[in-house]
Amino acid sequence: MSSSVKWYWFASPQTFYPLAGRIALACAVGAAALAAAGLYVSFFVAPTDAQQGDAYRIIFIHVAAAWMSMFLYVVMAFWAAIGLAFNTRLSAMMASAIAPTGAMFTFVALWTGALWGRPTWGAYWVWDARLTSELILLFLYLGFMALQAAIDDRRRADRAGALLAIVGVVNVPIIYYSVQWWNTLHQGASVSLTRAPSMATTMLTGMLLMALAFWLYSIAAALVRVRCIIRERE
Amino acid sequence: MNWGSWAEFWAMGGYGFYVWGSYGVTAAAIAAEVWALARRTRRSREAAP
Repeated sequence: MSSSVKWYWFASPQTFYPLAGRIALACAVGAAALAAAGLYVSFFVAPTDAQQGDAYRIIFIHVAAAWMSMFLYVVMAFWAAIGLAFNTRLSAMMASAIAPTGAMFTFVALWTGALWGRPTWGAYWVWDARLTSELILLFLYLGFMALQAAIDDRRRADRAGALLAIVGVVNVPIIYYSVQWWNTLHQGASVSLTRAPSMATTMLTGMLLMALAFWLYSIAAALVRVRCIIRERE
Repeated sequence: MNWGSWAEFWAMGGYGFYVWGSYGVTAAAIAAEVWALARRTRRSREAAP
């Protein structure tokens, strides 16, 4: 079997179903191991911050959750667009399977941000561009899920949800660049691909371990959910 | 090692409420999703064996 044929082979929900189960199990185990390592580094290896004290330890999960919230939205919109363009059942199912996990991480990013902002800025919430656009991201996830739940016809629900997801993707660069485009209370990125991170190595290690753990968790959760959707629909 | 005792660990330098409020709610959110997924898996298996 050539590689291109294999690709189409796994585009069918029935053949993808057992593969998804195996990947989900491996990712769940990896997520648990990385989370344990990440928590250890976050609390026992990374030193107390000179300016923020121990309140900064919230950042390990806050940044990881915020990254996932944006990344998962792009992946969800990607699958929704593929499903809309090529009418492939599994793509639309993947988009539906990712949405609740993305919404959960968006909520976690907002919640941990509020609990970090109170001791550091003196406010749980401010209407600055970064926080507001992240709140809009939560509403986009919830809107996508509510829209799909409200339409009985499965194919129409997939198409309507896909349109919402694709239009909403414009919000992701707004979130990411909001700290540059506007004068926000939220600080700029401490970690970027183009320059050295402006933080201590142990702190960066803790953050990356938590981000990888959340990443693997998201894959596992989305695949378990897509297996449920396949069972429910097929 | 950052902490001299368990009491110091839980106090988080006076930021215990914020740090544990963050980690606790994050753990609860993930646990809730895992629980919901387990329930959905069980129900969809029962409906379509």
